[in-house]
Amino acid sequence: MEKQFLIAGFGGQGVLLIGQLIAKAAMRQGSEVSWMPSYGPEMRGGEANCAVVVSDEAIGSPLVSEPPVLVAMNKPSLDKFMPKMAVGGTLLYNSSLISDPELRDDVKVIAVPCNEIADRLKNNRVSNMVMLGAIQAATDMTTDENLEGTLREWLGESKAAMLAINMQAIAEGRKLV
Amino acid sequence: MKKLMKGNEAIAEAAIQAGCRFFFGYPITPQNQIPEYMSKRMPQVGGCFLQAESEVAAINMVYGAAGAGARVMTSSSSPGISLKQEGISYMIGAELPCVIVNIVRGGPGLGGIQPAQSDYYQATRGGGHGDYRMCVLAPSSIQEAVDLTQNAFDIADRYRNPVMVLGDGLIGQMMEPVDMEKAMNREPAPDLAQKTWATTGHKATVDHPRSIVNSLYIDPQVLEDHNIHLQSKYDAMESAECRWQEELTSDAEIVIVAYGTTSRIARSAMRKCREKGVKVGMIRPITLWPFPEAAIRATLATAKHYLCIEMSMGQMVDDVRLAVNGERPVEFYGRCGGMVPTVNDIVDQIMALSGQSDPDLFKQVEQAANAACEKINDLGKKIDEKVNSPEFVQKTEELKKQVEGAAVKTVDGLAKGATLFAEGLGKAFDAFKKEFDNNDDQGKGGEE
Repeated sequence: MEKQFLIAGFGGQGVLLIGQLIAKAAMRQGSEVSWMPSYGPEMRGGEANCAVVVSDEAIGSPLVSEPPVLVAMNKPSLDKFMPKMAVGGTLLYNSSLISDPELRDDVKVIAVPCNEIADRLKNNRVSNMVMLGAIQAATDMTTDENLEGTLREWLGESKAAMLAINMQAIAEGRKLV
Repeated sequence: MKKLMKGNEAIAEAAIQAGCRFFFGYPITPQNQIPEYMSKRMPQVGGCFLQAESEVAAINMVYGAAGAGARVMTSSSSPGISLKQEGISYMIGAELPCVIVNIVRGGPGLGGIQPAQSDYYQATRGGGHGDYRMCVLAPSSIQEAVDLTQNAFDIADRYRNPVMVLGDGLIGQMMEPVDMEKAMNREPAPDLAQKTWATTGHKATVDHPRSIVNSLYIDPQVLEDHNIHLQSKYDAMESAECRWQEELTSDAEIVIVAYGTTSRIARSAMRKCREKGVKVGMIRPITLWPFPEAAIRATLATAKHYLCIEMSMGQMVDDVRLAVNGERPVEFYGRCGGMVPTVNDIVDQIMALSGQSDPDLFKQVEQAANAACEKINDLGKKIDEKVNSPEFVQKTEELKKQVEGAAVKTVDGLAKGATLFAEGLGKAFDAFKKEFDNNDDQGKGGEE
């Protein structure tokens, strides 16, 4: 059983972190994982994406050319990767930044107003965590406890105080699915 | 417990855990996390990190530290490795161990920054001068990058020869789980001798004479002897250090040969083709030099085809052909310049070789054949109409009469008549063809 994710957006939106947390959560459950970022002369506001593969057996290609799960945090990412999606796949898009998109009718679509919810939580930096919550609910990738453990480990002691707001954002994201 | 680590950082930490205490380098994408990590870690372990003024300076600093007996490493990417070639040749001549990491990017020239395998020739044939060889280790996962980096230090010390770890942008940038516990505080291999040859400033004695690090031998006889000695080390490396991985080769009719990143994509493709019943296996060279020639030859028992896949225009395929020695066809598929082949690309290559039709492909071919048949039938109908048209019949009759007339006029003109008949008939056909083509062109225009 292999699960593939492609997460794309602007540099600075936390798309690489979403991917890393998916990979770390799966690794904690004993799965094989790979995380492959786009790399190059990138900068805040430039394009960024990462491919995550989770599998029961050793992973072959770490690249995802026909994503069954696409996460688009901005319009250019949606335009670029939606045509490549596998039929019957799941598309999660940031509806705060992408209004009235033309969507494919052969994929499942979930609109996630990441920035609006983050603003409501009075912390615009957790918009990616809202999306992570939606991904978790839509793909059944891991348990709530494991995701919390993963996040706690990632934040470490120095940022432990940030766990609550991040978990709140994840919970809000889950509700949307 | 496993830790999710980026390839470049994992390689750097593995080196430190193998006792590397000196790192000299110069920045270049896509290996920058190695020097970045070293700059943070080396001071913590009492080692030395130095960003040199150039790649040439860095490799010569490596020469110095290796000459003093230290475990030392440098890393770079393709254009930077080109600059280090002189130093590599000198170190092999002077019999100095070190580890060189090349996280390959597309070339030639400055090329690009995306993953490539186009430095195979440079790594295995020596970009530097002189009769030389060095072990080249090609990891295909981050765990393997850790293991091979640590092995590289042992192999380098064992033969007093540089060893190269050859990754690519994908191996450098990707994150995978790594078991670092196994790699922690790794002791040098037990067979390694003390480095009594090192230039440490010791006082010369009968038991421990003065050490000299040198690659200059003016006397040709002495230099030939030195080369013969070096050759004996290369022979020893060939027999003791060759590594490879075999997958599903026992019944394989198609044997893929691929290394590093490409082997992973090929593995996914191989699994898909096995599901379709294709007997495909893979040999993954782990050492690119020494090349696992014997392992490839062992597959001749079942193999009908070899398929070499690289992110280059075809370099390792030469070694595969040398191993197969003309006994089977060796095909090549490659992408380059930073383009990475997809699983489906490789599936197509394997299916084409298997001679077994993909059910989907079969359907497509059938459809295409049916469409072609319809077109041919249409054309046939058109020709029938033309041939039976009164116009055509009339023209043929006229020609007949002309020929008959000519035959009557000349008593001995039978041959001439025949010629005329042929010519006349030919002209008539030409005229007919022209008319037909014109009509057909118009028809085509309408159809499209």
